[in-house]
Amino acid sequence: MTTAPQPEVLRAPLVVEFPFTRSLGPVQSAFLTGLRHRTVLGVRTTDGKTLVPPVEYDPVTADELRDLVEVADTGTVTTWAWNPEPRRGQPLDTPFAWILVKLDGADTALLHALAAPGPDAVHTGMRVRVRWAGERTGAITDIACFEPYDGGPGQTSPAPHTGTFDEDPVTGIVAEARLDYTYSPGGAQSRYINALADNRTVGERCPSCHKVYVPPRGACPTCGVATTDQVEVGPAGTVTTYCIVNVKAKNLDIELPYVYAHIALDGADLALHGRIAGIPYDQVRMGLRVEPVWTEGGRYPDHYRPTGEPDADYDTYKELI
Amino acid sequence: MRPPIRDIAVVAFAQSDHLRTTDEMSEVEMLMPVLHEVLAATGLKTADIGFTCSGSSDYLAGRAFSFTMALDGVGAWPPISESHVEMDGAWALYEAWTKLLTGEADTALVYSYGKSSPGSVRDVLTRQLDPYYVAPLWPDAVALAALQAQSLIDAGETDESALAGVAARSRAAAADNPHAQLRGADVPHGDYVVNPLRTGDCPPIGDGAAAVILAAGDRARELCERPAWIRGIDHRIEAHSLGVRDLTDSPSTRLAAERAGVFERPVDTAELHAPFTSQEVVLRKALRLGEDVTVNPSGGALAANPMMAAGLIRIGEAAARIHRGESRRALGHATSGPCLQQNLVAVLEASEEASEGENR
Repeated sequence: MTTAPQPEVLRAPLVVEFPFTRSLGPVQSAFLTGLRHRTVLGVRTTDGKTLVPPVEYDPVTADELRDLVEVADTGTVTTWAWNPEPRRGQPLDTPFAWILVKLDGADTALLHALAAPGPDAVHTGMRVRVRWAGERTGAITDIACFEPYDGGPGQTSPAPHTGTFDEDPVTGIVAEARLDYTYSPGGAQSRYINALADNRTVGERCPSCHKVYVPPRGACPTCGVATTDQVEVGPAGTVTTYCIVNVKAKNLDIELPYVYAHIALDGADLALHGRIAGIPYDQVRMGLRVEPVWTEGGRYPDHYRPTGEPDADYDTYKELI
Repeated sequence: MRPPIRDIAVVAFAQSDHLRTTDEMSEVEMLMPVLHEVLAATGLKTADIGFTCSGSSDYLAGRAFSFTMALDGVGAWPPISESHVEMDGAWALYEAWTKLLTGEADTALVYSYGKSSPGSVRDVLTRQLDPYYVAPLWPDAVALAALQAQSLIDAGETDESALAGVAARSRAAAADNPHAQLRGADVPHGDYVVNPLRTGDCPPIGDGAAAVILAAGDRARELCERPAWIRGIDHRIEAHSLGVRDLTDSPSTRLAAERAGVFERPVDTAELHAPFTSQEVVLRKALRLGEDVTVNPSGGALAANPMMAAGLIRIGEAAARIHRGESRRALGHATSGPCLQQNLVAVLEASEEASEGENR
């Protein structure tokens, strides 16, 4: 047993992507279908205001809103912010202004981007108009951006609109989200991962209850204190419980059926999990003694196989099931 | 407002040092010393705590249910009564306060933490925006704050040099705060990030954690010499669409303050969660704070803004001033969402006896 040394910090890229499919209500559906047809729709509130972009419930009164109106594709900037370094996913890849723009006929403002040569060319109150995207799919990005416009107000009194455009209304969007992280596992898990590189498994002991956790996460979840003492466990262990897997996981090249087990490595007070091989699946049993099998360059045991020792007595592992 | 049915106080507060990166520590490793410190301040053990509530966000870590790992640092044996909010810890404190009001618990541990360093917090925060009309444009947190700042400048309520003054005052105040990430008068105001906001107008991006202990009635008096009694808390939210709101004002803060009892008597201290300089201008107006009120003596979020903990820290810092006898009636404010979308206001007071003692 040794006091856990401060490990070298491990880092790895972690990409989280989730393309949420979201359905639209009647008002959002009409608005996004309208954008596909180069038409901007708003919604009338019960007190006669026109909200653009439209929502299905009044943000003040919570009344249900369904009266669609068409507004102009020209408008006035109500506030702006110059973005000198566009970031991934933003509407333009050259410096641009973020704007809130009140379209002619609307009483509220829409957030979007304004193409302009520089901050000196932008001011609150300036006139702008929509620059439509060449290919439109029924999304807010069908407005590619806004551009300066020196004309006067367009249609200022909104015209009622049915919200119907064609046989194929937009009823949903896919909200793409990708976030990039650099993951660092922290002290305890770094020590664990570094030991695995040498085909060793280390746990950490709680100074209060003396349990050895594998893999260690830095804290004893029972006592709420740091696990400080490093302990090498295994290599052999005991199957505490198991299941037989009959369905192939995607991209997994393992013959079915196979056995997935909880294995209490010798010296550990917590079972970890692994695949059992080197024995017919229907002969795996609780108490079976197993050892890890490492593949060349592997960063974790590929699987566990029987050691050939007699089975462990139930009482020796029953607390770890 | 009607006084709470039970007297509840903040009796202890602890926070980590807030750092740009904490790669060498996992979240639980960062959080655990703070939990130990706040428990040690009261002599309580986890098993003595009636209710535990935490605040954090999976989007910062990029991992689902990341709070369950952090819970390992609490020590959940014997089994504890626990809850979590996917928000700043100030909202966890609100839940804990409510639990104590019901009488189901007499003490509560509230903690929160956030590591912004693994990802790009400007991008991460876009994922809290309206997914239909706004999030597909990826407007980052600085861009949205800059729109609010420009609104204020257009309205004549501030200008760039006044904003620089807010930044300088905050970081100078933080010189005495050993936990702060950016401190001292020499923090440069810097170049534009998104005009009109410069680096100096924006909060530092960093990792950190905080914890407080709440206790009710006599339990609070036993645990703390000068409890910071919570006289009221309220939180309010505004319409999510920025184009519907008047960005130069914060009616949700004003209403929360009114319901929390802020305007009944003057406060001497205000810890405001204003990550951007321009937001302090909005909050001072909404809360009607005069020049006689000490605002953000800790340096505020401009000195350290660990996501999900910075709001709880504001309440903790306000309480700590009462614990130290430096304040008799303090306001703690927390915000969440773009351009001060959601706001929580708490009023904290010293005991009557304590204030009489100081008057003698």
